[in-house]
Amino acid sequence: MKKIAPTLIVAAIAVLPLLGLSTYILHVLILTIMWSVIGMAWNLLGGFCGQVSFGHAAFFGVGAYTSGILYNKFGISAWWGMPASIGVVAVFALFIGFITLRLRGPFFALGTLAVGVILRVTAENLPDVTEGNLGIMIRERSWVDKTWYFYIILTLAVLVFLLVKKVVGSRLGYYFVAIREDQDAAESLGINTTYYKTIALCLSAVITGLAGAFYTNYMGYIDPKVVFALHDISIVVIMVVMVGGVATFWGPVVGSAIMVLLAELIRSIPMLGAAHLTFFGVLLIVIIIFLPNGIIGDIPKLKRLLGIRKNL
Amino acid sequence: MTPLLELKGISRFFGGLAALTDVSFEVRKDEILGLIGPNGAGKTTLFNVVNGFYAPSRGEVFFKGERISGLKPHQVCARGLARTFQVVKPLQRMSVLDNVIASAFLRAKSKAQAVQIAGEVLHLTGLYDDREVISKGLPLGKRKRLEIARALATKPELILLDESFAGLNPTEQNESIDIIRKIKEIGITIMIIEHNMKVIMSISDRIIVLNYGQKIAEGSPEETRNNPLVIEAYLGEA
Repeated sequence: MKKIAPTLIVAAIAVLPLLGLSTYILHVLILTIMWSVIGMAWNLLGGFCGQVSFGHAAFFGVGAYTSGILYNKFGISAWWGMPASIGVVAVFALFIGFITLRLRGPFFALGTLAVGVILRVTAENLPDVTEGNLGIMIRERSWVDKTWYFYIILTLAVLVFLLVKKVVGSRLGYYFVAIREDQDAAESLGINTTYYKTIALCLSAVITGLAGAFYTNYMGYIDPKVVFALHDISIVVIMVVMVGGVATFWGPVVGSAIMVLLAELIRSIPMLGAAHLTFFGVLLIVIIIFLPNGIIGDIPKLKRLLGIRKNL
Repeated sequence: MTPLLELKGISRFFGGLAALTDVSFEVRKDEILGLIGPNGAGKTTLFNVVNGFYAPSRGEVFFKGERISGLKPHQVCARGLARTFQVVKPLQRMSVLDNVIASAFLRAKSKAQAVQIAGEVLHLTGLYDDREVISKGLPLGKRKRLEIARALATKPELILLDESFAGLNPTEQNESIDIIRKIKEIGITIMIIEHNMKVIMSISDRIIVLNYGQKIAEGSPEETRNNPLVIEAYLGEA
């Protein structure tokens, strides 16, 4: 049962559009799956390898702008941005890693935070390349119907999930966790920590960039304030993973479902729409106090809290 | 014959403090070399220099005839020189088995091989029954042994043990002595820092004594025990 459960879940999600859901529900589903992809990417670096990034918007934005610029400047379909972003983001992540990965712990977090902000300001001030604050609009949408977008992001999510599972079970995964637990010990056990941290960063960045490229195609409009946003991208992805469960496979999926639903719910309350960040903050405090390992990571504790005792 | 490890005129300064001054000695293949000295004598600093955490301020370290001073710790480890830490550094949220697998990957080509190496090492160090335990929950004695197991999993030719006996009760000490003898039997050379004189005198083939960062004596346990300089370093002038 445990083995086929993921297949069943994916199959169940895959048939959802056939049920004739409203466009809005489909939109929420697409956002949820997209956020779970970004969450899984962040989790690889922050959860398994222990390098907490506050700047994942940088990679999301670079992926998004790869798509946007290909369309806007070169006149080719923005979908080419997905394969192209792999290369662009990988090179960009190598460069960022070279600078920031020599920092440890909170200093790495601060370094990545700065990277995200630097990119936003840069994108705003390079109108020749990015159209600045006007943003880039994809005028010819591929499909009006959302079904295809749904299947594209679902495919990406499944592939990323399988990739993360494969990586974590392999030599790479063991090295990532060893680095997280004690970098000096890992180094003295023959692990080239700089090299493996760079791999973790590049993998994480490329996946995030793919989600960014998808975002451009799906939303049809990007501007620097949206795709390089500190609070709406970099912080939200951390929340997705924290709420769901750090260093778990299903954590980012569960976390993104909760975060996206919560954001939509709060947005629908009149007068409180703009206050969703306040709610996120409160939620984060509650999670850290009561479920420090996230929902998936603290399942035994959750069961106890809810009174479903197993054998205690 | 070139010695397995050779230190030539090693000095290491921290600002104005000389933690090590002109220390030279060699470690011969298949011996157990004890390294003793009062607190602050520079023993752990010496390990950190050999292992690559610190670059020596002066002097050179050779391993199997190759200069290793200036290499990074992971490069030193890959050449067959492993170490343990005095303040144990287990990978806390990993099981004992996963701890050892992570270091076995250095030599293993596949995960199956890494698991196999880890199994052998855990049997050798008597931790096999604890393999599923999350290492955070291990008692100190076993954590010290986990340090040794992890170092062994990298298949070293020389292993540096930093106070593997400190804080152990007599039973645990005897178990650890057995483990160290077994390590020697499988052809691994050992350099060990230890404060417990009973242990170090009984297992070492040769002993080197450091005081204030300088080598003050070198010789068999018997010679060391009777060396007036060593007695003075430990007990003060008569």
